[in-house]
Amino acid sequence: MIPAGFEYHAPTSVGEAIGLLARLGEDAKVLSGGQSLIPLLKLRLASPRHLVDINRIPGLAYVKEAEGALRIGALAREVDLDESEVVRARYPLLADASRVIADPLVRNLATVAGNLAHGDPANDHPAVMLALGAEVTATGPSGERRIPIDAFFTGPFETALRHDELLTEIRVPAPAPRSGGSYMKLERKVGDFATAGVAAQVTLGADGTCSAVGIALTNAGLTPIKVNKAEAALLGKRPDEAAIKQAAQLAADAAQPDADLRGSVEYKKDMVRVLTARALRKAFERAGGGG
Amino acid sequence: MRVQVTINGEKHDADVEPRLLLVHLIREVLRLTGTHIGCDTTHCGACTVILDGRPVKSCTVFAVQAHEREIMTVEGLEQNGALHPLQEGFMAEHGLQCGYCTPGMLMTSHAFLAKHPAPTEDEIRRAISGNLCRCTGYVNIVKAVQHAAAKLRETAGAGGAR
Repeated sequence: MIPAGFEYHAPTSVGEAIGLLARLGEDAKVLSGGQSLIPLLKLRLASPRHLVDINRIPGLAYVKEAEGALRIGALAREVDLDESEVVRARYPLLADASRVIADPLVRNLATVAGNLAHGDPANDHPAVMLALGAEVTATGPSGERRIPIDAFFTGPFETALRHDELLTEIRVPAPAPRSGGSYMKLERKVGDFATAGVAAQVTLGADGTCSAVGIALTNAGLTPIKVNKAEAALLGKRPDEAAIKQAAQLAADAAQPDADLRGSVEYKKDMVRVLTARALRKAFERAGGGG
Repeated sequence: MRVQVTINGEKHDADVEPRLLLVHLIREVLRLTGTHIGCDTTHCGACTVILDGRPVKSCTVFAVQAHEREIMTVEGLEQNGALHPLQEGFMAEHGLQCGYCTPGMLMTSHAFLAKHPAPTEDEIRRAISGNLCRCTGYVNIVKAVQHAAAKLRETAGAGGAR
């Protein structure tokens, strides 16, 4: 399959890229890892007249801790997360996700930022970043602005990014002591979208109760879903089986999946329940709170 | 647009449309037909080549993105008429039947073994999980990779380099 023709631009600085995006308007798409965009172009589900390839901009491929946050640059690939020592040691939710997104070959090119900017509710990082309470830096003609992840996903394949803005960085707050996370994904086969996916991030207080919690769902609605009710049900409680089961049920209630070849609505909601319980158990275990 | 790429150590120069996919540059412009096109939808991995050290699906990269970068294709495995231990492994362990997925399997395995000289079976299975084979059921492919890993460790231990 051959994409429709386009004009190719390869800027070598963020400023140049933004200038191009501003000048070319809605007819331009940003090409980063290309692992979602190029298949769309080949299927002609999208035919932008201009592609702005940001891969030649130096200095954007970092994954590092600084200023109380894990900072992920626009060109950090999934494989960079997987191979990062700091991610492995301190951000288990991210480490989990980086091993189950698409397949290893796709992960060698696919970027974390692109996974968010694409705005696909079936992508994995949206739920992961919602659970982590991340923040997105958008750089445009008038400078940088920070967008809380809660305000980033505005609709199916729609985000708060303006056409002349580049998602330049993701910031994940550094975990408090006694924090843990987990990502659970049910997929029919490697490379398929999730039948259901659940991201959980928790912190335990000095008294052993849950002092912070984020739970979000992949491919369970038109946008990634943060399940506030399930979080509220856990806050301040000891993470025992009863509390986890209650939160899992609330997560299932909040899921709004469509029936498709991956399963019926009832099945998918029940998988959200099962996966939420598993993700929470694992997250609390990693936080040091037993099960 | 002008694209300059180094493939298997050899420099190539081509004038291409931006929409030309890397796999088409390799196969149709440069006539290196060892790399296969399978699904053409980023699923099967038959088109896998190594781009700057990492295996990628060349049906999901534009040729212009490879400008001034290094590519290794299956043709780069054989050296001075001698098959690479991976190729020998696939022969010895019957790691192929129809052979369609084999170039991709070889490239993924080659990049993988460079980083993991003594992999477990589980690690091999994960590494090749983006490459589909419809003939062998993977058992013999895993054996072939293990065969090559052992051979490469032997060679490295004896001071040789491949």
